[in-house]
Amino acid sequence: MAHFTKPDEGSWTEHFKIGTEPISYEDSVSPEFYELERDAIFRRTWLNVGRVEQLPRKGSYFTKELDAARTSIVVVRGNDGEVRAFHNVCRHRGNKLVWNDYPREETSGFCRQFTCKYHAWRYSLEGELTFVQQEGEFFDLDKSDYGLVGVRAEVWEGFIFVNLDPENTTPLREYLGEFGKGIEGYPFDKLTQVHKYRAEIGSNWKLFIDAFAEFYHAPILHGGQYEPEERAKIQKYGYQALAYDVDGPHSLVSSWGGIAPPQEPKMVKPIERALRSGLFGPWDAPDIGLTTEQLPPAINPTRDPRWGMDSFVFFPNFMLLIWRPNWVLTYHYWPTSYNTHIFEGTAYFVPPKNAFERLQQELAVVSFKEYGLQDGNTLEATQTMLESGTVTDFPLCDQEILLRHLHNTAGQYVRDFQQRQAKPAAPSRS
Amino acid sequence: MANVLPPEFADLEPFADWAIPTERARYAKRIASSMDELQAFYDAAYPRLESSTEYLQQVSMDDIGEEDKHLLWLFCSLVTVAFPVEAWRQARVPDSGASSIDAVLEPAV
Ligand code: FES
Ligand SMILES: [Fe+2]
Repeated sequence: MAHFTKPDEGSWTEHFKIGTEPISYEDSVSPEFYELERDAIFRRTWLNVGRVEQLPRKGSYFTKELDAARTSIVVVRGNDGEVRAFHNVCRHRGNKLVWNDYPREETSGFCRQFTCKYHAWRYSLEGELTFVQQEGEFFDLDKSDYGLVGVRAEVWEGFIFVNLDPENTTPLREYLGEFGKGIEGYPFDKLTQVHKYRAEIGSNWKLFIDAFAEFYHAPILHGGQYEPEERAKIQKYGYQALAYDVDGPHSLVSSWGGIAPPQEPKMVKPIERALRSGLFGPWDAPDIGLTTEQLPPAINPTRDPRWGMDSFVFFPNFMLLIWRPNWVLTYHYWPTSYNTHIFEGTAYFVPPKNAFERLQQELAVVSFKEYGLQDGNTLEATQTMLESGTVTDFPLCDQEILLRHLHNTAGQYVRDFQQRQAKPAAPSRS
Repeated sequence: MANVLPPEFADLEPFADWAIPTERARYAKRIASSMDELQAFYDAAYPRLESSTEYLQQVSMDDIGEEDKHLLWLFCSLVTVAFPVEAWRQARVPDSGASSIDAVLEPAV
């Protein structure tokens, strides 16, 4: 494997002026810090909650539990075709409006209106209160005052985002910045074959992003993807990215091509040779209407012919991986406490034409799961030892630059939030 | 028991219990199996996968028949079984303990 040019400063970390000193993981073991993150980050930033394909027609809806943001929402396509989001709470006496069997589990479906299970108040798909049981028993109740509480929702390239901050003034597209703009035009709408995985992880949410935002570990922890001789070679070389980039709170690692296809078939395991596929995806890329050279500019930003995949970290908890063989993976990390979170990994492919292509895709997703289990299972071990407090300073290398950026960014959001809180309240206008 | 696989794959009928429609259930059978059982299935199915590229490429996903569906599911099981046999030397991912990553949504076939 090649070694790639670094910026003139000699390292990516110095180039982006991120700091090279050892870092503390206090932000991942402190319940108090997590409580601050909930308000400073998860109730203040744009969160990706799904894709438009999950809402195929008028009345399609899904719910999303946003524990970190202290709410549950329902996302729905209205009669006008618009995607809207609402806090999932009935205006009568606060029952959760949409759920099935288990109030804490997410659900999805299709309906013409929402009906509360408790006293049958009804709401239109646009959130208006349309029916009150025994309306005459109420006192001067004006139904137009009791619509569902809206949550700001916007769609970028088919990805549905919500923002729970009623004071937020940053449009989604602006929030996603240069990376967002530079990805626009990628044909996500052609990648409709979906495999979705979910795991409950015993670690702080940032630790799993850390594990997916560096590939320094890949030749070691995931050495099993290579035949032994090849593994030894790869481990000797180690890992270097093609390029890193940072834009506001977001970041990117652009990586070389790996093994899709390998230089020599004997480098990879028999099942990969038989199916011409593996962790990096099927070796035969389906047609998406664009060649690798024609991909939007933020994808393979260095236009390196050896390019294999880009991994974007959209702050706080959405990762978007675009692979050279025309498929996409997304990761989401939904905190449930300072040391637990729910991880979601979703693979998107062009629908397979035949059974062989279906098997190629199966090998790619199953590989993701196998290696993801390796990534995930070390996290609980890391979390417990970080919590022990025995060691408090950790040196990070240049290939771990995105981790520094993530933890710095989380810290910055929390500090800014605290400063705003500390400011004397503005005189109230009467 | 009636055959479930296409006639060309009659030799795999003894392993028809691996023709399982969901990834979650395929993985569950894998981790409930011994290495001998996994190896026996792999040894029978792998050579057939290797020699059947053309056959599988002619099975269109738009109108896939029942027998070919079973064959596809059986080979999907081979995909998950290949990891213990070719890499891990044990049914589970090394050090994965009780942790799991579960399929919550996958294609119907
Ligand atoms: S709480 Fe919903 S109708 Fe009473
Ligand atoms: Fe990994």
